[in-house]
Amino acid sequence: MTDLLTVSNLSIAFDDADPVVRSVSFSVDTGETVALVGESGSGKSVSALSILRLLDARHARYPSGQIRFRGEDLLAVPEKRLRQVRGQDISMIFQEPMTSLNPLHTIERQIGEILAVHRGMRPAQARARTLELLTLVGIPDPESRLGSYPHQLSGGQKQRVMIAMALANEPDLLIADEPTTALDVTVQKQVLELLGELRQRLNMAVLLITHDLSIVRRYADRVVVMEQGEVVEQARTETLFQSPAHPYTRKLLDAEPPESPPPAPQAPEPLLEVRGLDVRFPLKKSLFGKVLRDVHAVQNVSFTLGRGETLGIVGESGSGKTTIGHALLKLIGSTGDFALGGETLSGLNQARFRPYRRRLQMVFQDPFGSLSPRMSVGEIVREGLDVHAPGERDGHEQQVIQALSDVGLDPAIRHRYPHEFSGGQRQRIAIARALVLQPDVIVLDEPTSALDRTVQKQVIELLRSLQARYGLSYIFISHDLAVVRALSHRLLVLQHGRMVEYGDAVEVFRAPRQAYTRELLGAALFYQDTSGPTTTN
Amino acid sequence: MGWKLSPIQQRRLRNFRANRRGYWSLWVFLVLFGLSLCAELIANDKPLMLSYKGDLYFPVVQTLPEETFGGFLPTEADYRDPYIREEIERNGWILWPPIPFSYDTINYNLDVPSPAPPSAVNWLGTDDQGRDVAARVIYGFRISVLFGLILTLISCVVGIAAGALQGYYGGKVDLLGQRFIEIWSGLPVLYLLIILSSIVQPNFWWLLGIMVLFSWMGLVDVVRAEFLRARNFEYVKAARALGLGNRQIMFRHILPNAMVATLTFLPFILTGAITGLTSLDFLGFGLPPGSPSLGELIAQGKANLQAPWLGLSAFVSLALLLTLLVFVGEAVRDAFDPRKH
Repeated sequence: MTDLLTVSNLSIAFDDADPVVRSVSFSVDTGETVALVGESGSGKSVSALSILRLLDARHARYPSGQIRFRGEDLLAVPEKRLRQVRGQDISMIFQEPMTSLNPLHTIERQIGEILAVHRGMRPAQARARTLELLTLVGIPDPESRLGSYPHQLSGGQKQRVMIAMALANEPDLLIADEPTTALDVTVQKQVLELLGELRQRLNMAVLLITHDLSIVRRYADRVVVMEQGEVVEQARTETLFQSPAHPYTRKLLDAEPPESPPPAPQAPEPLLEVRGLDVRFPLKKSLFGKVLRDVHAVQNVSFTLGRGETLGIVGESGSGKTTIGHALLKLIGSTGDFALGGETLSGLNQARFRPYRRRLQMVFQDPFGSLSPRMSVGEIVREGLDVHAPGERDGHEQQVIQALSDVGLDPAIRHRYPHEFSGGQRQRIAIARALVLQPDVIVLDEPTSALDRTVQKQVIELLRSLQARYGLSYIFISHDLAVVRALSHRLLVLQHGRMVEYGDAVEVFRAPRQAYTRELLGAALFYQDTSGPTTTN
Repeated sequence: MGWKLSPIQQRRLRNFRANRRGYWSLWVFLVLFGLSLCAELIANDKPLMLSYKGDLYFPVVQTLPEETFGGFLPTEADYRDPYIREEIERNGWILWPPIPFSYDTINYNLDVPSPAPPSAVNWLGTDDQGRDVAARVIYGFRISVLFGLILTLISCVVGIAAGALQGYYGGKVDLLGQRFIEIWSGLPVLYLLIILSSIVQPNFWWLLGIMVLFSWMGLVDVVRAEFLRARNFEYVKAARALGLGNRQIMFRHILPNAMVATLTFLPFILTGAITGLTSLDFLGFGLPPGSPSLGELIAQGKANLQAPWLGLSAFVSLALLLTLLVFVGEAVRDAFDPRKH
């Protein structure tokens, strides 16, 4: 095999700042899959974008290095030559399928455009080739999909269209920048399998950029590990997983969450009881406010949460798991009964429900969006106290300090602003904000999905220790089954707003009863029991 | 904990300063406005200070009867009267303001029929009633800016409140509010003012009231859009989950977002308000006759084309004022532009 792409001694800087990528070297051989792995901010995406010089030319500088594609230095060639390379020899698929397709163009037009630009195909030819490509990436009924607009496709289908576009000219190298991060686990598996299969068939090299080591193990031949703009280790996949040399690699490998929850309390008293929860979103109303059409987002969901217990709610996007959390906190309207410690809360209006908010708290998914950017950390954490105990302001400062040290933060940071903190620290602040009210139940809505694996693990450890110390009950909403397994005593599986399975978490993981649960578990835990990349079929 | 500029505000301040034209315009405007607030000390027909028979008097702030200075009348002294003036100067001295005319002082000692051209006495000449143009410009500037500022302030408060309620509650409130605004903005403001001026003599506050009725709608759309967007932010949901009331959420969590859009619009609303008042005065539906006003000066310039100093003075002062404000507005817009670092 010959070197297709050789990146040597590459440094990248923006404006006058210090380089964000320093002396990175790696190579990709023909037909090989190389994974570029690292946490957010490690410079892996920037390195990948620089291969096609897609970084904003007004700001990006390349103080040193070469990017040789078949011997030609892509950093030195004129823009015109580069345009020939892009899409023809090297293609790219991006992380976010929702925004990387132009919403105003049909599928046929988007794919046809590439064919027209690089091959000068006429519409009829392009149409035939487009059909061929759509069949190749496994879009069902491609004929009827030609005239579809992106919003008419699901996330997985959009990513398939993106792949079809990338493959249109049979490139020699495909750069896949986190191709499945935004997708559900079952779809993720399908897309990755598709990529692996296409690679074999077209003898194409793939540069896979990801933060998820579990998928690397199955699909990559070689792995390049990046940390803070530098390559710390590169090795063949088997070697790396068996004997990681660099401590950072070991840390990444070690970041898999624990496989079982902490021991459950013996015969816990039921704390939160939910019976027949129903949520509907009206789509269309008549002139007099009568609902004509609606979405039944959550249908007849019932569960019981004991004190000190964790209930995991899992499901794919759109299954209504977040909606349940919002309904319990009365952030949206719902029907059905629910009671907290024997007191019925479902019929209360906002004003009468307000005192109970102290006992029922929530931590949100996006740590960058859930903290008000204009308030200091201290103000953010204290805000709930000011609402629920306005008379006792003197003690608040002490409680804030206690909550911040409970979540493992230095209390001195309360005078600083959220933007100064990393994602993991912000999520700790959000947990402190819930914790300071001494709640009984915390609804955790995907609290770890925006975080890097290593940080994820720290947050899980934190949640486990807080539960042990304060006897908290959690409702843990997530699509990430590995994380759910590390925390949940009971598990509720949702599909299209319906309860598919509900029971003891260990039991469900060991022997799922429903086909859907099996499929979900299979896709999520698929990568954990394989060793080495697939080189067969 | 002391009040401290957050880094984002520091960046905005830097951007504002970086636009040197706007930065200096703000200073020039502030100085001019500050001076015009002290108009009584710059252009007045009463002396700033005088000494009469060993006693000090401050006619600018005191009302002194003519009898004090050996006159016969118990009414306030007319210091421009040559008799009084000579009497005082014989027994002391008089310190006049730089322009010894107020906006309504008529200069009876003109050598030529009014409007008189600029001279050493009347720096910018007089208008067709013999009043000093320089004094009228200074007072007119003040009344224009004050009118603009008050109108802008009230419009902002009303507009932000309306936009906030519509955006935050959405649904029916939003629907009805938007339809109301559509109808309301279709009303002909000018005709209303013409009808009004035939019923009452419109003064400063009447005009302000009528203008407020129609000018508050400018901000509603931006603020409403900002609230519609922000009410789905996670930190707003988090605030609701904490148990905060609607009012606290609106004030503490969403309003700061809307303030950016509002501040960016502010200088332009101000120029709009000033131009509005000027055009009403020009048409004769504005401030009562005799008030110092730039619009009225333009109208005089139009009626007396043979006296170009009238039109020129009004034009220069109005153009200067509006240009300064537009420059400041541009700098504010730059300061809040997230693309500028």
